[in-house]
Amino acid sequence: MLSRRLFLKSTGLIGCSAAAHPILSSIAFASAPGENRLVVIILRGAMDGLDVFQPYGDPRLRKLRKTLSAGPKNGALDLDGFFAMHPRLEPLMPLWQAGELAFVPAVSTPYRDKRSHFDGQDMLEAGTGTDIDLRNQRDGWLNRLLQQMPGLRSETAYSVGLSDMRILDGPAPAKSWAPEAEFDLGPQAQRLLERVYHDDPLFRAAGGQAMEIAAEGIGRTVADAGPSRDVRALAKFAADRLNDQTRIATFSISGWDSHARQPQVLGRALDRLADAVLTLKQGLGANWSQTTVLAMTEFGRTVAENGSGGTDHGTGGAMLMAGGAVRGGRVVGRWPGLAEGDLYAGRDLMPMRDIRAYAAWALRDLYGLSRDALEQAVFPGLDMQDNPRILA
Amino acid sequence: MDFNPDIAAIRLGYGLSARVPPPQTADAFLRSVALSVPDDHAVGMDHVRAAQTMLSDLNSLRKKDPEAASVKEIRQQQRQMRIQSAEAIRHRFARAAGDPGGFGERLVQFWADHFTVSGGSPYQDLMAAAFVDEAIRPHLQGSFAQLMFAAETHPRMVTYLDQDRSFGPHSWIARRRKGRDLGLNENLAREMIELHSLGAGAPYTQKDVRQLAKLLTGLSFHLRRDGNFRPVMAEPGAETVLGQRYGGDRPASLDDIREVIVDLAAHPSTSRHLARKLAVHFVADDPPQSLVDRLDATYRETGGDLPSLYAALMDGPELWSHFRQKVRQPFDFLVAALRALGLDQQRVLDLPMRQVNARLIRPLTNMGQEWAMPRGPDGWPEAAESWATPQGIALRIDWAMRQPRVLVPKLPDPRDFLQAALGETASEALKWAVPRAESAREGLMIVLASADFNRR
Repeated sequence: MLSRRLFLKSTGLIGCSAAAHPILSSIAFASAPGENRLVVIILRGAMDGLDVFQPYGDPRLRKLRKTLSAGPKNGALDLDGFFAMHPRLEPLMPLWQAGELAFVPAVSTPYRDKRSHFDGQDMLEAGTGTDIDLRNQRDGWLNRLLQQMPGLRSETAYSVGLSDMRILDGPAPAKSWAPEAEFDLGPQAQRLLERVYHDDPLFRAAGGQAMEIAAEGIGRTVADAGPSRDVRALAKFAADRLNDQTRIATFSISGWDSHARQPQVLGRALDRLADAVLTLKQGLGANWSQTTVLAMTEFGRTVAENGSGGTDHGTGGAMLMAGGAVRGGRVVGRWPGLAEGDLYAGRDLMPMRDIRAYAAWALRDLYGLSRDALEQAVFPGLDMQDNPRILA
Repeated sequence: MDFNPDIAAIRLGYGLSARVPPPQTADAFLRSVALSVPDDHAVGMDHVRAAQTMLSDLNSLRKKDPEAASVKEIRQQQRQMRIQSAEAIRHRFARAAGDPGGFGERLVQFWADHFTVSGGSPYQDLMAAAFVDEAIRPHLQGSFAQLMFAAETHPRMVTYLDQDRSFGPHSWIARRRKGRDLGLNENLAREMIELHSLGAGAPYTQKDVRQLAKLLTGLSFHLRRDGNFRPVMAEPGAETVLGQRYGGDRPASLDDIREVIVDLAAHPSTSRHLARKLAVHFVADDPPQSLVDRLDATYRETGGDLPSLYAALMDGPELWSHFRQKVRQPFDFLVAALRALGLDQQRVLDLPMRQVNARLIRPLTNMGQEWAMPRGPDGWPEAAESWATPQGIALRIDWAMRQPRVLVPKLPDPRDFLQAALGETASEALKWAVPRAESAREGLMIVLASADFNRR
């Protein structure tokens, strides 16, 4: 039998198409993609799941976080008596009530300990385990999914926006589109630039004003205004394509790296996420009922609040699912707890399951992929375990 | 301080390339200047004349008889010429991106700016491209006098500074057409002394300018006439410039002009002017006197031998000790970004023209350095404050956020990119910040927008 590792070498690293692989040509889609639609949103910068879905029912939360994640008494929206949703996601509350929004509180990729955004995102998008050198991993899991699809057309999958979507990179054809007007200088990028300019008086003075100009957008069409106009443009475009021939779309939303002033940073990012989801729903119309949106981040953040009103890079984090096809209005998966012994490395939320397992089960239920194809080709080395049944 | 190939490539060239290492010794850097001679894509005045003659013929045909030449044909010819100048711009980017050390291409830019001409119409744009390939590139390694003669007598310089409209007041043409009041135009003569050789503030007078203008008469250019000297426009008799007498005993010719240029080039003020200008461009806006003095001495000792000046730039401690005192101009910034992203000469040449326009030529204009359109004959400003403006930096941030994604099939890892772009020269702050960016795209942006990258 072909070992998983060997298999990966023969597909990912050498780059030949898995669909053309003699052993795998029979393991493929049960049918063409059909009407089911999948949107994967990569949340770049590490979203603080504990603040987005606040486990206020866990008494240790208040000890770890003095100001952040204060639960319903601070405006968060109670979901089930234990978790409350960040107030800035209020626009998504009707989806929760309609059973079209769900979340997993404690997941992660196999990435551990180094806590680098790039490596974390690379692993999330590559969909591989820790046994592969990420810098040599050239294709992403959505592309390997496409390689399994019969009747694949170039417009079946779309990456949208200016961000490099490694998740869709690879030999299978896919399209990409970016609005010329997209520009988003997030708070973390501004903070880093300020630090980089700090010791250079000329660049410190001119650069500060430059960032204000750049953040306003240069030569951008002003017909559509507001801080989330760029993600709305992406979501609108994705919805239009998905109403036509496209079945899989992916884009990213950055701005989650909340080392300081987390209420402002996270609030702004959540506005954008909410707008993206609602724009998709509105744009998809009747097709929303056959749509699954997965919003995934590279890792979570420290359970404890830091000294500057923020949180630092952690391990376990939350994943958000939305769409008419989702069995929502519920918390999916287990909760690890916040006691000292429950934490990963004594500081991070313990991931209860590999985030890829949720993606894999979604792909199986959406497109009828076999478990073998998912565990060997799309997510090599993954053990999917039992079906969390995230789709209705 | 010892020669450092990375710092030399950043200061004397267009920065590090992800593809080719810079030359490893000072000698190799000097030798690499030879790479910048005209190549197969060089634009020549023969071609420019032919293209413009055709356009001009179509226009006059149409004037006489609207049936004889269609607007479409005229537009087509103009379009053709515009494409050719855009191709020449792409070629300049490509050569700069592909040159291992980049020193030769920077010298092309330096001397083309020292002898500033502009574009404008499709015809003028093409002439400006020919100026670089015919007057600058072939003379990078000779004496300053040879370079100056080639530049001053090139059709684009002659037309840019109105020399083609300068008539000797007693020339054959002026005497024949008394009613038209044909006379001197001092423009080229003034800039030859003030900008190209002695420099403003040097000991010369208006009388020297006037005399030189008279001496220059005859140097001209006409689309439909071969050659660049028309004796019928020349002022008869001798002229005295800076105490030297030229012409007079023989019919006016280019030889007189060559003689005065050799003398202008040998003037001690020219030596000081060029020494300072090279030091300002390559080392610091306010350059150390030791460097200026060394360049000045080298110029005088070698009779303006250009390779000796280039070597003198690297000789002392100043090139290394004044690292990052200069700000990259927009063209340098874009070329340096292409190099760091791993685009070599061929990959830049392969960029479709639409991309070249959207990713390079238009951003250059937005950043304040419209191609071949400096504000005056004194060329682009050197001061850091002229380029590191809020608007200028904002446009570089904007470029860094949008364009790398479309210029390369795959964004490099930002940590690898930092290494490729700056080698061991990155500051601690930048090394700290880049791995903390939220995404690869922002990581690249921080490198490209940093002061480290925007200085040289």
